[in-house]
This record gives sequence, structure tokens and C-alpha cells, in this order.
Amino acid sequence: MLLAVSHSFLQEYWWLLVSLLASLLVFLMFVQGGQSFIFTLATNEGQKTMIINAMGRKWEFTFTTLVTFGGAFFASFPLFYATSFGGAYWVWMAILFSFVIQAVAYEYRSKPSNILGKKTFEIFLLINGALSPLLIGIAVATFFTGASFSLDEMNMSKWDTPWHGLEAIMSLRNLSMGIAVLFLARLLGLMYIINTIDDNELITRARKKAIINMIPFLIGFLYFVISLLIAEGFAIDPESGTIFMEKGKYFHNLVEMPLVLIMFMAGTLLVLFALYRTVFTEKNDMIWFAGIGTVLVVLSLLMLAGYNNTSFYPSLTDLQSSLTIRNASSSQFTLKTMMYISFIIPVVIAYIWYAWSAINRKKIDKDEINGGGHLY
Amino acid sequence: MIENIDLSLVDWSRAQFALTAIYHWLFVPLTLGLSFILVIMETKYVRTGSEKWKRTTKFWMKLFGINFAIGVSTGLILEFEFGTNWSNYSWFVGDIFGAPLAVEGIIAFFLESTFVAVMFFGWDKVSKRFHLVSTWLVAIGANLSALWILVANAWMENPVGMIFNPDTARNEMKSFWEVLFNPVAMDKFFHTITSGFVLASLFVTGISAWFILRNREREMAIKSIKVAAIFGAFASVVLIYTGDTSARTLADVQPVKFAAMEALYEGQRDAGLTAFGILTDRDEADDELDEKDIIASIEIPGLLSIMTNGKRDSYVTGIKDLVYGNEEMGIISAAEKIERGKIARQLLLDYREAKKRGDSQEIEELKKRFEDNNFQEQYFRYFGYSYINKPTDIVPNVPLLFYTFHVMVALGFLFLLLQVLAWFFAARGSLEKRKGFLWILILSIPLPYLASVLGWLVTEMGRQPWIIQDLMPVGIAVSSISTSTVQTTFWLFAALFTALLIAEVSIMTRQIKIGPKIEEE
Repeated sequence: MLLAVSHSFLQEYWWLLVSLLASLLVFLMFVQGGQSFIFTLATNEGQKTMIINAMGRKWEFTFTTLVTFGGAFFASFPLFYATSFGGAYWVWMAILFSFVIQAVAYEYRSKPSNILGKKTFEIFLLINGALSPLLIGIAVATFFTGASFSLDEMNMSKWDTPWHGLEAIMSLRNLSMGIAVLFLARLLGLMYIINTIDDNELITRARKKAIINMIPFLIGFLYFVISLLIAEGFAIDPESGTIFMEKGKYFHNLVEMPLVLIMFMAGTLLVLFALYRTVFTEKNDMIWFAGIGTVLVVLSLLMLAGYNNTSFYPSLTDLQSSLTIRNASSSQFTLKTMMYISFIIPVVIAYIWYAWSAINRKKIDKDEINGGGHLY
Repeated sequence: MIENIDLSLVDWSRAQFALTAIYHWLFVPLTLGLSFILVIMETKYVRTGSEKWKRTTKFWMKLFGINFAIGVSTGLILEFEFGTNWSNYSWFVGDIFGAPLAVEGIIAFFLESTFVAVMFFGWDKVSKRFHLVSTWLVAIGANLSALWILVANAWMENPVGMIFNPDTARNEMKSFWEVLFNPVAMDKFFHTITSGFVLASLFVTGISAWFILRNREREMAIKSIKVAAIFGAFASVVLIYTGDTSARTLADVQPVKFAAMEALYEGQRDAGLTAFGILTDRDEADDELDEKDIIASIEIPGLLSIMTNGKRDSYVTGIKDLVYGNEEMGIISAAEKIERGKIARQLLLDYREAKKRGDSQEIEELKKRFEDNNFQEQYFRYFGYSYINKPTDIVPNVPLLFYTFHVMVALGFLFLLLQVLAWFFAARGSLEKRKGFLWILILSIPLPYLASVLGWLVTEMGRQPWIIQDLMPVGIAVSSISTSTVQTTFWLFAALFTALLIAEVSIMTRQIKIGPKIEEE
């Protein structure tokens, strides 16, 4: 092959890409966040339709990012795919279920003869809007807090609780991350609505909602981050590959990876700056600052989970079964082949940006909604 | 590895995957084909500037949109079910199987999802040409995504381009190009997408026929039939051709499936092709194979030999050859393969044990044996057979394969005939007078859906008991979860998908009844 790159470089490269996809997914969950407001933000049917159409024009991006995240994880770290999806069955199934009902809800909601009724499809959007960010947050938190599984000598995984993933909800640390992601998605959704819809009344109410939603977001986020930095982490001895508990592991990771520390701080400040400007100085275009901040924060957190000799999916029942980017990855050949394919990603980002701008050039208003074009 | 396989768990996991796949496949073919029909129609609009073509395009695009969302959502479940329900499989072959899925996401899904928004919402926001390019890119994206998932599926039929790594206890890719250009993948890709093209064209001709019979939107209907019928006729020819090449490839890489499709128990020279047949149980109590006899048939002498190997006197392998072996033809019996598979598996266990003990000399010796070409060719390729209980277990359900395959083939020829006639009558301007034929077109709408599902039944049921041909039986691929868990999600999905299907059909029917008028309101 063309480039001479080591297996360990490729493992780190693919962890970065998978983390980037996860970060983009969290940002794109502004769609889910916006959906969670359809019954509480709009005061009339027209406003509700505007919110749904603003979000509906972007649902495919969130959906596709989720699918690509799954495919990339499968290809690069198949042991995680096998262990987590097959083990934390109920959590992943609930997430998938909520995405299935989302996709059809947009298309079917306003169509005549949709059998289930408009309201049902709106409830589908609400369920997806609330459930998926919460559960995805909880699932990602287990990257730091661990899960109950073990591997046999052939790397076949077994889940060690009958709850198959639901037990993660009972952990306050996991729950705090879920709440943080849920309310971040809602805040991003509000910022997207403010930036995309041309309706002053709706925008004023969205700013007020943002103040209320900031509180649980900040509580969840701070609780998770503080507990992360003081908690024991799952460290790897690079010589033997043995996993052991290390006090303040993630804090050490931050200190030992200054770039990650800078990304985390910059991302946090960007999100807070965007929230402040949206709420207190009535700026409309803060979604982009908050979006970049979200991507930086999530990316830095996942780098803390996977880099610097850390287990990214620790086992609570058999420490040595914990997954690392070394033992869970695909072969060097596969990762390298996939790396060449990943070089197309800038092109993908470029055309997404172009098409996104083309559709968002004009804000959504009542005239467009009543104009007779394709409508959700 | 898993020694005690819970068959009810395996069956329910298979049922859930089959349920999701069948529902998914009710919607995807229309997306594959209708996207290109939209491309043709919109290209005509852009080239001629005729508002009639724009109106026609927008009408079919509305139906495309209704179908698109549910196809996408059922596809999401399928991808993740490899992990949730087939976790051992995901580890055993993830190094190879995951790659096409990731490529599908990066290259195809983003293309499709980015431009589908422009296609639906961009009519008044972007230029005509940019909109047309977007429609093209949606069609290309949809069909590219089919390519990658079919490459992955083809690898399950004919695992190539890989090597087993005893250190990680899994198969690993050694040639991406071999995986991509797997002969099964190429046949499968063209056969599958053209089946989608045919389905979409019959969908368009059927609905257009309804408009003509109702004396509504006659001009739009005739234009649509002309586009769809010629597109469908060409697609039918490729469909039939690739069906033939697929069967030849199968005869080589999945001979048991091929023989079961033809209900060919006894291998023979000058083998005849059964165009039509009825199977019945053989009156032999001790018949290990549960053999069936063809009691009534229309057979074309020698044609199966000719189609399989190009010569009338060539030998076509039968099911019994593959189960009991045929020394004269150099075919190894299933019992022998089971023994060789056990030897391969034992070597792997010994190797893992040596590694656990840290016995470096033994590790070195065993690894050398593992990497030996002869061992790979003569023993490891039968690794999966070590999990097979008895030789006859390698035979899939013969009557099911025989009937599904034959009905599918017959329907394929019927579709070609319908498309050619529709195009011929439309070109001569006599279509409107042929009320009987128009009714046939309407009644034919469900048939390609049936043929499509039958095709997948042949593919997936014909591969049983394997999830990866000869390497991994379905029984050991399954996740370690309880049967009741899978039963619960099965019924949840069954209820949800059925409700959504009913909603989809109801919305689609209503939109057809409304017609393109809605665009003018």
C-alpha cells in the first residue's frame, strides 16, 4: 500500500474519526432537541408546522450520521460493536426504535389518510426528541463508568446482568450525562429555531425557554465532568496490556494531553458564550458557535476515553475484558484500507455545506409554509 | 466457543432479522428504480422547459418521498441488528463485513440524504440545473448504497479476500478488491438494482394505467408509461441476464443451494431444466435426506447442463453428491468436511491454549501449521462444518427453494413481456383502447414486490445452515441474550412495521387518488 503507517497510528486515527462522528451526531441532535419543543413552544398550528419543517429538513443528516457512526464503529472496532450492541441490547433497541418512528413521522404527519392521525406522528417526534439524546448520553457515559460484560477466550462477549444495558440508567453519573446531552440538544434546537424561522413571537419564546433549559444542562454537565475528573479511571499498562484502576485517570489524561484540554476548555466556553449571546444579547446566529463548541467538547471527552492508555469501554465484571483501541480494533490492513476511503470525507463535508446553505438561504416563514410545496 | 446452542434463540433471532429485512425490502426497490425514473423525467423537463414534465416529475417525486422515509428507517435497524442480535458474527467477520457498511455511510448515504432535501425542498430555492443534479445524485447515492450492502451480503455467500487470524480468533481482510469484485457481488448488485428498476417501472405503468382507465391525467399517464416501460424493458433484459450469470456462479460457490433450487438430488450429465414442477414426499420411511420427487413437470432436456457449464454432456452436481460425496467427480462428502472442520477447530483451540500457557515453542509450531496453505485449503475452509451435527444438516429446505426460485423466474419473464407490450401499445397510440391490458398493468403492481421477496428468500434460506458459507453456521453467530428478549423486540417491530406499512399504503393510495392536482392548489 501507498503509505507506511503503523497499526497503532491507525487505531488512533480511527478512534479520532469515530469520535468526530459521535461529536457531529451530538451537534446534529439539535433536530431531536427541536422536536422536543413541538408541543410547548408553538402557540398555534402554523408555528408548530414551521418548527417541524425547520427540523424536518435536517433529519436525514442526524440519521445518516448515526448510520455512518455505526458502520465506522463496526469496521474499525468490531469488538465494541459485538460487545455493546449485543449486550446493552435494550438501550440500543430503544434508541433505534425511537429513530424509526422519527423518520416516518416527518413524512407522514401532514399527509391525508395517514391512519394513525397527525397527533400520533407528533408524539413520535416528541418521543424521539426526548428519548434518543437521553439514552445516547447514557450510553456514551458508560465509556467512562463501565458496563457489565466479559469476554471468553475466543473474544465472544457475554453480558453479565439480565437488564441488558438498562442498569446503566440507575447510575447517577450516567444519568447526569444523559440529562446534559438531552438539554444540550434542546438548547441547540432552540438556537437553530431562532436562526432559521422568521417569526418574532416564536423567537422571543424560544429565548425564554433557553434560560430554563440551561439550568438542567449545566447541572448535568458539571456533575458529570467533576465526577469524571475525581473518579477512578480504567488505565492500561502499555507493556503488558493489563487493565488497572487509577485514581484521577481522566484528570491525568487532560493534563498529559494539553491539546485535548484546550479543546475541552474552548468548546465549553463556546457553548456558554453562545448561550449567553442568545439569551441576553438576543443574537440569532449562535447555533454555529454552540455547534462548534459541542463538537469540541464531545470530541475531547471521547479522546479522554480512548487515548493515553485508557480503556474506552471498561468491563465492571472482568477488568481484563475491558476494551481498548488496541484490543478491539480491526486489523492493520482493514484500518489502512478504510483510511484511504476516509480521505473523501472533506469532499462530503464540502457538498453538505453547499447544499445546506442553498436550502437555508431564506428563512422559513408563514408564506413558505402556506405556499403549497413539499411540506412535513 | 458456544457449545450449547439455544435453537429457539437462533430461530427468533433469524425471524427478527427476516422480518426487518422483508419490510425493508418492500420499500427499497421502489426507491432504487423510481429515483432513476425521476431523473429521466426531470432531465426532460430541464431540456424542454415543459411545465408538463415538471408536473409529472413532482407527482412521482411525492410518491417517492412517502416511500423513501420508511425504507431508510427500516434500514437503520438492519445495520444495527448485526450487532444486537448477531454479536458473535460481528466479531468473527467484522474486520471484513464492517468495511462495506462504513463505506456505504461515508460515500453513499450522505450523498443521498444531502441531496434528497434539495430534491424535495429546493424547487424554488436552487437553479433548475442544480436541482436536476441533486435528483441525479440521489439516484446515484441510493444505488451506490445498494452496491456496498450487497458486497457485504455477497461476502456471506462467497467469503473471499480474507485470512483467519488465530491470535484474534477472527477472519481478517487481506484484499479489499477481492471483496469488492467478488463475482457473487457483481452479479448480485446488477441483479438486485435491476429488480428495483423493474419494480419501479411496473409501479409507474400500473398507476398510470389506473389514471387512463379513470379518464384522468391521460397525458401525464401516457408520458409516464413511455418512460417507465422502456426503462423497465431494458432493466428486465439485464435482470434476466444477471439472473442467469448469478445461477452459474452459485453452481460454483454454493452448489447445495443451486441443486436445491432445481430439486436436483442425483447429480447427472445432460441434466434437464425443470421449467415447472410439483414436488411430493418420497415413500421411503428411512430416507435420511427427506427426498422429494417431482411428480409433474415440464422439463427441457439438457438445458440445465448447458446453462450451468456451457455443454450438454457436462455434469451437474446433485444434493446427494454434496452430502455423501462422489469420488468419481472429486466431491468430498459432508461427513469428511465435518471431520476436517473439527481438526481445524481443535488446532485453533490448541493454539489458544498454548498462548494461555505462554509455551512459545508450541505457539510457533502451531502457528506455522495454521499458516500453511495446504491446511488453509484442505482443512480451515471447512472450519464451520465442525459445528454441523450430521451431513444432511447442510441441505436447506428444498421445496421452499424450488418453488420460490421457479415462481421468481417465471415472474421475471412476465415482467419483460408486460414492459415490452406497454411500450409497444403506448408508442402505437393504442394503449387507451386496451382496457383489459390496462387492468393487467394495475393488477401486476404487487407482483414484482412478490418476486423481490422471493429472490431474497432464495438467497438467505438457500444459504442455511450457514451465516457465512462453510465458515460459520447461524447457530454460533447469535448474541448471548435470552429468547424472551428477542421475542419481545420481534413483536414490537412486527407491530410497528405493520402499522407503518398500513399507513404508508393508505397515504400512497390517497396521494394517487388526489393526483398531481395537489401541486396546483
